[in-house]
Amino acid sequence: MSFLVSVWQWFADPSHWSGPEGVPQRLLEHVQLSAESVAVGALIALPIGIALGHYGRFGNLAINISNVGRAIPSFGLLVIAFQAWGLGDLPIIVTLAALAIPPMVTNSYVALSEVDPDIKEAARAMGYRELTQLLRVELPLAVPLVMAGIRTSAVQVVATMTLAAIIAGGGFGRFVIDGIAQQNYQMMFAGALLVALLAIATELSLSGVERLLVPQGLRLLRTQGRGRAIIAKVA
Amino acid sequence: MPVGKFLNYDPWVNWGWLGSHVPLFESALQQHLSLTLFAVLGGLVISLPLGVVAHRWGVLRNPVLTVSGIFYSIPSIALFSLLIPYTGLTALTAEVGLIGYTVLILVRNVIVGLEAVPPDVIDAANGMGYRPLARLLRIELPLALPAIIAGIRIATVTTIGLVTITAVIGLGGLGQLILQGLIENFHTPLVVATVLSIVLALIADLTLAGVQRLAIPWGRTV
Repeated sequence: MSFLVSVWQWFADPSHWSGPEGVPQRLLEHVQLSAESVAVGALIALPIGIALGHYGRFGNLAINISNVGRAIPSFGLLVIAFQAWGLGDLPIIVTLAALAIPPMVTNSYVALSEVDPDIKEAARAMGYRELTQLLRVELPLAVPLVMAGIRTSAVQVVATMTLAAIIAGGGFGRFVIDGIAQQNYQMMFAGALLVALLAIATELSLSGVERLLVPQGLRLLRTQGRGRAIIAKVA
Repeated sequence: MPVGKFLNYDPWVNWGWLGSHVPLFESALQQHLSLTLFAVLGGLVISLPLGVVAHRWGVLRNPVLTVSGIFYSIPSIALFSLLIPYTGLTALTAEVGLIGYTVLILVRNVIVGLEAVPPDVIDAANGMGYRPLARLLRIELPLALPAIIAGIRIATVTTIGLVTITAVIGLGGLGQLILQGLIENFHTPLVVATVLSIVLALIADLTLAGVQRLAIPWGRTV
């Protein structure tokens, strides 16, 4: 119990809440780098997944890429990128973007390929061109799964961002990694709590965004409470 | 000191150094395998009964799924760090964390698998006079097997990746060699350990896919 009290004292110390090593600054670094990585990953993954799903090609590739992605140890990839590019944000963003890609490709492929063929045919019969059909009919129907892929990737990136502290990156990982190295277990515990809260907040807030983006027609149709199968856990 | 260092040139893989350090990789691989095996088996022992109970008593189902989903988003390094003050820098810390994650994956798949058993089949089993326990063991669990084995595959591959992170708390199997490569600024152990970890995960996945085919002969077309 006295340990938890000392962790509480760490949080209560105002010096931990200001300056370049304070919690707000670390939060900013963590969120900013994670967001950049997810954005870079999404720019690569979503067009590929959406195109493959729309044309219904290379399904095995699109589905198996997340299996292979799961097998890659993020820690090893991060250190290899560090050895290749040296200090700075580049190796972190490259690694995290690479980790973010597979779940987004797989989910957007599945989302687009599961659009009811009757609906596609109806859209074509109503005179939609291919691109408008994709943007106005197929994508809205695919939103729930595409967003699930983005959410999976984002949570994973936020988690792996913690490891970036090992290669001298910023973010909450600094508290955890420095805490272990200096045997300052109060700081380590506080950092771990912050990371866990941030990951849960990411999961919950993106679920909220997902709910807002789902078209109303789909919301009415959706069956409630089906178990979602787990897709990936990398860090 | 690796030879490459004197020449100020470090290739991605120094084959000479690798050849003379095979036992190092063997013992790391061994630790990696035993940490993984223990985590998956431990997870299975906990999550099978938990999944069956959550399926049987509907009230528990949604809380179990929601809580497991939220816990699953906790980063592993945070979880290990939260355990250190209580269990120290030991294998226990690693296993508690790793088993935690395998339980979260497996319990979900056990529940989803049991839910996929067609009600007609359950009716037929009841009509044939099966008691609940016999029906569970001989009808429902076998039919839930595809989802359960799929969960075991995901849990195994995931755990193999997660084990490398336990290097930060002094274990890590192959992760230790990745850390060594980082600290000594020496590419060979880092690259070889990362590749071995990927290969190990793929071999484990293919092996379990084979088990899946043998255990579920009726599912071979899938």
